[in-house]
Amino acid sequence: MSPNELSSYLTIGAILFALGLFTVLTRRNAISVLMGVELILNSANVNYVAFSHFSSGNSAGQIYAIFVIMLAAAEAAVGLAIVLAIFKLFHTIDVEAAETMRD
Amino acid sequence: MENPIQTDFIRWIVFLPLLGAMVNGLLGAKIQKSLGKGAIGVIACAPVIVAFALAVYAFFILKGLAPEQRFLIDNLYRWIDLGSLRVDMAFLVDPLSSVMILVVTGIGGLIHIYATGYMHDDKAFWRFFAYLNLFTAAMLTLVLGDSLLLLFVGWEGVGLCSYALIGFWYHDHANARAGNKAFIVNRVGDFGFVLGMFLLFWSLDAQGHGSLTIREMAKWAPSIKDSLIWGWPVVTVATLFLFVGATGKSAQIPLFVWLPDAMAGPTPVSALIHAATMVTAGVYMTARMNVFFSMAPATLHLIAWIGVATAIVAATIALTQNDIKKVLAYSTVSQLGYMFIGVGVGGYAAAVFHLMTHAFFKACLFLGAGSVIHAMHHEQDMRKMGGLKKWMPITFATFFISVLAIAGFPPFAGFFSKDEILWLAFTSEHGNKAVWFLALCGAGMTAFYMFRQLFMTFYGECRADHHTQEHLHESPPVMTMPLVLLAIGAVFAGLIGLPGVLGGSQFAHWLEPVIHAHGESHASHALEWGLMAVSVAVASFGVFIAFLMYRRQSLSPDTFVNLAGGLPYRLFDRKWYFVEIYQAVFVNGTLLLARFWSAFDAYIVDGIVNGVATLTRFVAWFNGLFDTYIIDGLVNGLSNVTYWLGNRFRRLQTGNINGYLYGIIIAMAVAVFVKVRYWS
Repeated sequence: MSPNELSSYLTIGAILFALGLFTVLTRRNAISVLMGVELILNSANVNYVAFSHFSSGNSAGQIYAIFVIMLAAAEAAVGLAIVLAIFKLFHTIDVEAAETMRD
Repeated sequence: MENPIQTDFIRWIVFLPLLGAMVNGLLGAKIQKSLGKGAIGVIACAPVIVAFALAVYAFFILKGLAPEQRFLIDNLYRWIDLGSLRVDMAFLVDPLSSVMILVVTGIGGLIHIYATGYMHDDKAFWRFFAYLNLFTAAMLTLVLGDSLLLLFVGWEGVGLCSYALIGFWYHDHANARAGNKAFIVNRVGDFGFVLGMFLLFWSLDAQGHGSLTIREMAKWAPSIKDSLIWGWPVVTVATLFLFVGATGKSAQIPLFVWLPDAMAGPTPVSALIHAATMVTAGVYMTARMNVFFSMAPATLHLIAWIGVATAIVAATIALTQNDIKKVLAYSTVSQLGYMFIGVGVGGYAAAVFHLMTHAFFKACLFLGAGSVIHAMHHEQDMRKMGGLKKWMPITFATFFISVLAIAGFPPFAGFFSKDEILWLAFTSEHGNKAVWFLALCGAGMTAFYMFRQLFMTFYGECRADHHTQEHLHESPPVMTMPLVLLAIGAVFAGLIGLPGVLGGSQFAHWLEPVIHAHGESHASHALEWGLMAVSVAVASFGVFIAFLMYRRQSLSPDTFVNLAGGLPYRLFDRKWYFVEIYQAVFVNGTLLLARFWSAFDAYIVDGIVNGVATLTRFVAWFNGLFDTYIIDGLVNGLSNVTYWLGNRFRRLQTGNINGYLYGIIIAMAVAVFVKVRYWS
């Protein structure tokens, strides 16, 4: 794989996505889960930029990546606010603590 | 401008410390366990020392070139290619950045070595050095970045490392808070920086020269001379925004409040980040963008006055502090103020010169203070020190030299650099006498508080408790060696920037390819000598007062405390109430806003949610009614009708067999009759 091939970027994206998914599924710490979400978003970014560079012939993908970064920032703000609220309520940020809905 | 010469070693000046940070950051805990702290120290110090060697090499390459060719570039790859925006991942060594990398790697290297001694008892030794290396890499990115964007990457990087290192001992909540404060205050400045960067790109792009590469921007700067935004010249607005960024990083009014709190970090950090390198980023940036600043006299004017105000305010606060590091912190803020005076009067070279000499003596002072704190078992209150020169001769000697340097006595480094700024303030076209006079007063105060510190710490009777006195000792060579080297720098660094009457500044000459405007003035030699004499006299006066108060003790400090009803003293002691005002306006303002939104949440948002719930309940209730009366009504109605009909029909079920039979027979008869009569 050379740095000038689309597939190498897609591989990086796939690896990032897998790592992110793994984090989201296995971590019980809410902050770690959020970090996993960020990884997933950034894997999408890598794909956006890679496709923009290799396939599309215009810059729309790069612009989308910037939008995603901005959205990720907003998402992190909301996510952290939720984590704070969970902490206030349960005195832990273990995501499994917040399962009182089913009771 | 000539095309820069391509090289491929400059990247390693940045990458080596980065590599050190990665090794120590990712594997440090294991290395420390298996190979000991020595290995961590080597991994951390070696890259910085090699980077220093590379910086020296780059310097000599530059020196061998003709002045207008002194640009070395290391272009890694095209970083961003989007529309008209093209940014390369490229590092540039020119005369200005060569000075900066020498300072960052040279003084930074010494501080790394010193820190291996100072931090020796810390459990998280590896984490400390990972941060310190990362900081060095970020700072080098900042000064080597060829584009404003790459500069900004370093700019943010040093901010992040500063946050991590201020809060290094995060188990103490106060330290973590100090780290937060530094980060958040810096964020305000960064916002200005970003806006300034956008604005410059936007206006240059409108002229068809959109670029973030600093050399390109400088080249096309004249094309936006007449551009306006909101009726203001774009350059003025953009440089003001950039200056907001500089006030954040370089701790100027109004954003200086984080720097004194930053003293919560370990002392080598204070020396490296909060005295010698990171806080000079703002000065460096203004010098780097000097073409634009020179085009905006209004901004320069503001910068000069902010510089003066900061120099004076910080100096007055330093007069009353008793914490050995706090005095140095405020003195740093004050000296940074002098650098901005230099920028404001158009003397960018003088500002960078003061930046460099200041790096030597302030790093030496901080490390000396660290050596004292180390010996005093982490006691920082000068009222509990005194007489330490008996136990710590090397620390004392180096500290003394640096105090002379910062106080501005010839021939020490601080004299030449500060004097050049004062000289330009007096004579250059952007300067004026008021700025000069106030700066001179600040210089007198500097001499006073530095000698006050010297006398309180090293002279007189030792006021430490018995236990501490018994354990007083000189620091190990790994700590004193950097002190000695820095002190040598504090003595001789000034000689490369001599004033005009003594042959002129080689330093300004060196920077000429980058900094075209250097506030040349053509006043008489007699005036130059005269002003030098005045500044030495003012400094001597400051020392004299300090001597009377804290050495001879024939003049009580109370005389000054009670001056004018004690008002000035209270003002200085309470740091001009900056912290209180910010607390009241911004912190409480934010909390008020938070409470407002909390109430908004509780009453409006929750109101809406509850309203929806109530509505749902109403609908459900109505639905219930519908269910009860209409649906159930239908069902019940049907059964009632059946019941009623049943009741009616039950009359037929009489149980009388005869009656049944009658019925059967009549029905049969009717059936037969119908059959015979109609179907047969």
